[in-house]
Amino acid sequence: MMSANWKNIGPVANIPRRGARRLCLKSAGKPVAVFRTGDGDVFALIDECPHKQGPLSEGIVAGNTVTCPLHNWVIGLEDGEAVAPDNGSARTLSLRIVDGDIFIHLPELVAGDQV
Amino acid sequence: MNMVADPREHLVVIGNGMAGMRTVEELLKLDNGRRFRITVFGAEPHVNYNRIMLSSVLAGDKAVDDIVINSREWYDENDITLVTGDAVTRIDRGDGTVTSASGHSVRYDRLLIATGSRPVAPPIPGLGLPGVCAFRDIADVDKMLAAAKVHKRAVVIGGGLLGLEAAWGLKQRGMSVALVHLMPTLMERQLDAAAGQMLQRDLDRRGIAFFTDGQTEEITGTERAEGVQLADGRFVPADLVVLAIGIRPNIELAKAAQLEVNRGIVVTDDMRTSDPAVFSVGECVEHRGNVFGLVAPIWDQAKVCAAQLAGDAEALFASKALATSLKITGVDVFSAGALMAADESDDEITLRDDSRGLYKKIVLRDGKLVGAVLYGDVGDGQWYLQLMRDKQDVSALRERLVFGRAFAETGSGKPAGTDFAAMPDDTQICGCNGVCKGVIVSAIQDKKLTSLSEVRAHTKASASCGQCTGQVEGLLAFAAGVDAKAVKKTMCDCTMASHDEVRAAIVADRLKTMDSVRHAFDWKKPEGCHKCRPALNYYLLCAWPDEYHDDAQSRFVNERVHANIQKDGTYSVIPRMWGGLTTPAELHAIASVAEKFNIPTVKVTGGQRIDLLGVRKDDLPGVWNELGKAGMVSGHAYAKGLRTVKTCVGSEWCRFGTQDSTGLGVKLEKMCWGSWTPHKVKFAVSGCPRNCAEATIKDLGVVCVEAGYDLLVGGNGGIDVRVTDPLVRVATEAEVLEYAGAFMQIYREEAHYLERTAPWIARVGIDYVKKRLVEDAEGRAALHARFLHSQRFAQIDPWTERVMGAQAHEFAALPEMAAG
Repeated sequence: MMSANWKNIGPVANIPRRGARRLCLKSAGKPVAVFRTGDGDVFALIDECPHKQGPLSEGIVAGNTVTCPLHNWVIGLEDGEAVAPDNGSARTLSLRIVDGDIFIHLPELVAGDQV
Repeated sequence: MNMVADPREHLVVIGNGMAGMRTVEELLKLDNGRRFRITVFGAEPHVNYNRIMLSSVLAGDKAVDDIVINSREWYDENDITLVTGDAVTRIDRGDGTVTSASGHSVRYDRLLIATGSRPVAPPIPGLGLPGVCAFRDIADVDKMLAAAKVHKRAVVIGGGLLGLEAAWGLKQRGMSVALVHLMPTLMERQLDAAAGQMLQRDLDRRGIAFFTDGQTEEITGTERAEGVQLADGRFVPADLVVLAIGIRPNIELAKAAQLEVNRGIVVTDDMRTSDPAVFSVGECVEHRGNVFGLVAPIWDQAKVCAAQLAGDAEALFASKALATSLKITGVDVFSAGALMAADESDDEITLRDDSRGLYKKIVLRDGKLVGAVLYGDVGDGQWYLQLMRDKQDVSALRERLVFGRAFAETGSGKPAGTDFAAMPDDTQICGCNGVCKGVIVSAIQDKKLTSLSEVRAHTKASASCGQCTGQVEGLLAFAAGVDAKAVKKTMCDCTMASHDEVRAAIVADRLKTMDSVRHAFDWKKPEGCHKCRPALNYYLLCAWPDEYHDDAQSRFVNERVHANIQKDGTYSVIPRMWGGLTTPAELHAIASVAEKFNIPTVKVTGGQRIDLLGVRKDDLPGVWNELGKAGMVSGHAYAKGLRTVKTCVGSEWCRFGTQDSTGLGVKLEKMCWGSWTPHKVKFAVSGCPRNCAEATIKDLGVVCVEAGYDLLVGGNGGIDVRVTDPLVRVATEAEVLEYAGAFMQIYREEAHYLERTAPWIARVGIDYVKKRLVEDAEGRAALHARFLHSQRFAQIDPWTERVMGAQAHEFAALPEMAAG
C-alpha cells in the first residue's frame, strides 16, 4: 500500500502519445505536467519552464524532450534539465505505473493545490 | 578712349549675360587687361544679373538689386566698354566688325558670342494678348509682379523647372495658380515618375492646381488674356498666362554670319566656332550635340574660353554629369544622370517613404553610379554627383549606397551593411529577445560558434521573428569570419536536407508519413524536433490532402488548441466575421458569452473582427458552443492559414465604390477559410483605388476599379512593410476567385514553412509568379482546382468538432482517480 502522497491520476492512455496534460492538483503551489513520449514512457515535471515559466505541457514532445512554446527552450523529460546551450532545470516528480494507472508522488498538499 | 593708340587686341562680347560676363571675369583673372581691351554689347538695358535668381525675385525672396552680378562701376574699374539696350544686329566676318541696332559699329580681333537663349513660344492663338508673358528676364518679372498686384488668377504653361518656380513665385505673390503641363508627370526630364508625382502632391498641398496631360490649344480673351483652353476640352480661367515650356538657343546672328549652326552655335572643345577668331559660350552653343540650360557646365565653358583667349591651347571643355535642383522653399529635389535603368543590365535601387515624403533612386551600370534622383532629402546629391563624375566603382558600397554617404562610408568596405566594429556593445540587435551586440560577439568568440543556428541556440538572437537575421549573420562574419550566407540552409539541425529538397521528395517519392520522410533523408533524431515536425506535418498535409492525417502533436499549441495562448496562459477567441460583416444576433451572442464566462477584455481587431481575450482553457469548448449556436465558426486567428478578408463597404453604400467589394470579400473568405498555408495569409478587397481596406499591404489584395479588379500580391504590414506587387487586372469576380485560389495553392505548394508571401515573392520574383499564374492559363486552372480539392478536406470548423468532443483531453486537467 502506497502512502497518501501517491495519487492515482488514471490510465496512461488518458495522455496522448508525444503529448502532455496538466494535472488537476498542484505540487506545493506549482502546476504539474505529465508527459507521454512516442515510446510510451511517462514523465512528470513542474509545469514551468526554467526560463520564463512557460507551460511545458503545451510544448511539442520529441523523443525524451519537450520544447517550451514560449521561447523554444528544450527540456529533458527524464531529468528536467535544459538542453545546452540553455541552462536551467524544471523539477521532476516521481511516478509509478501500476496496472496501467499512473501514480504520482506529491508532497503534502497545501492550500490551493486542489485546482 | 583712343582706339588707334591702344596696342591691345580688341575682344568684343555680344551678350551681357551670365555666360559672357563669366568668361570676361575669368579672362581678367588670367590676363588682367594686358592683352585685350574689351567691349560688351547687351540687349537688355540692365547691367549683368543672375538670371537663375529671377524666380527668387518673383517669389519675393530677393530684390532686383540683390541679383546684380556686376555693377557699372565694375565695368569702369576693369576698363570694359559697356553698351546696354543696344543689341548687335550684324556680324561681318569679312572685315571683322559688329554693328548694333543703333548703327554703332566696332572692329574686333576676337569675338565672343554669348547671345543665350529665348523662351519657346508654342504655335497657338492668343500669345500676343496683354497678360501673356514668358519667364526669362527682368521685364517678364516686372510684368508678372504688376499683374499680381491687380489680378487674381494665373496660369503657368510648362511643368519643368522654370514653370514650377514661376508658379511658386506667383503663389507667393498671392495669386491663385494653376499649372498646365503637356506630360503626365512634372519635370519629366529630371525626375522619374515616382519623384514627379511626389513633387506634384507636395505642390498640390501648397495650393497649386495641376492640369497634367494638358495640351494648350488657345489662350482666349479679347482685351487681355482670360483663360487657357486645353485640347481635351478643359478650360482654365486666367488673368495672367506665363509661358515656360522651354528655351531655344539664339543662333540667328551667328547663322546670318554663316558660322556653323545646328540647334545651337556649333563649338569645338576649345569653345571656338567654325571661325577660329569667333568664340561662343552659354545657352546659345551646341557642343558635341548637346545644348546647355544649367549653370554648371556654362561656368566650365567660360573658364575654358577665357584660357583659350589668354593663349592656353590645352584648355578644353568636356561635358560632365549634371545635376538639377529646384528652387522652391521647402521642396528639395535633386537629379543627376540617368533617371532609370536603360536596360536589363542596369540596376535601380529605390528607397521610398511616402509618409515622410522621401524618395531616393540610384541607377547603377557596370558597378558604377550613373544616375540619382532624390526627393525630400537631397543632402547626398553632391556626393552622388561626384561618384558619377569620378566613375568610381561603387560595387562595395552597393547595399548601402542609397542610404547616403554617412551610412555608406562607415562600413570600411565590408559588404555587410553595418559597421559592426564601430557599433557599441550595448546596441540591441534582436528586439524580440533583447540581445545586444556584445552578448552575441562574446558568445561567438567564447564558444567558437560558426553557424547562424548555433548563435541562435546560444543567444536567441534572431530566433523569434527573424528580422535581425541579416545583422546576426553580419556579426558572425565580423566576429568569426564566417560567411553565414554561404552555408547551406537546412530545414533544421536534424537533417542536411533543405526545405525544397524535402518537399520535392515528398511528391516525387510519394512519401506520406513523417517517418518515411525522416527515414529517406536519414534524420538524426527519429522523432525530429520542434522545428521540423510542424514543417513536415504541413508539407505532407499540403501534398496529400485526402490521405494524410494531421498530427496535432506536431502543431504549435495555438493550432492544436485552436485559440491563441496569451502571456498568462489564458486564450483569446476570435470568431469569423465574413468580410468584416456581422449581425445583431451575432453581437448579442458575443455579448452574452463574454458575460457568461466573465471574459475580461473584448476588443475590435485590425482585421475587422471581435477578439475575446482572457478565456480560461477549460472554458474554450463552452465559449465555442455558445458562439456556434449563433452560427459563428473559428476565425483561425491562431492559424498559419487564411486569417481575415478585410473589406470596405464598396458600391453597395459608398458613393465612390466601383464594385461590390464587401460581397467579393465574403466570397473569397468562403472559398479560402480553413486552408493551411506555410504562414498566415491576409486578404483585403477595396471598392475603389482610395483603398480603404489597405489592400496594398496584404498577402492578396483586390482593388476594384471601373474596368474590373486589380489583383495585388505579396504585401506585408508587419515589421518589414512591403507593398504588394501588381499581378494582373481582371474583369470578373469569377476570375478574381480563380486567381485567388491559384495564388493560395502555388504559395502552399512552393513557399517554405513559416515563409510569408512577401519574402517568398521577394525570393522567387514576381515575374515567376506572373509566369505561373498570368501567362499560363492552364496551369492557373490546375492550381485552382488543386486548391478546391484540398479545401474539401480542410473546411471543417475545428470549434464545432471540439464542442462535439474531439481532442477533449486538451481542455480538461488530468483528474485524480477516486481512491480505491
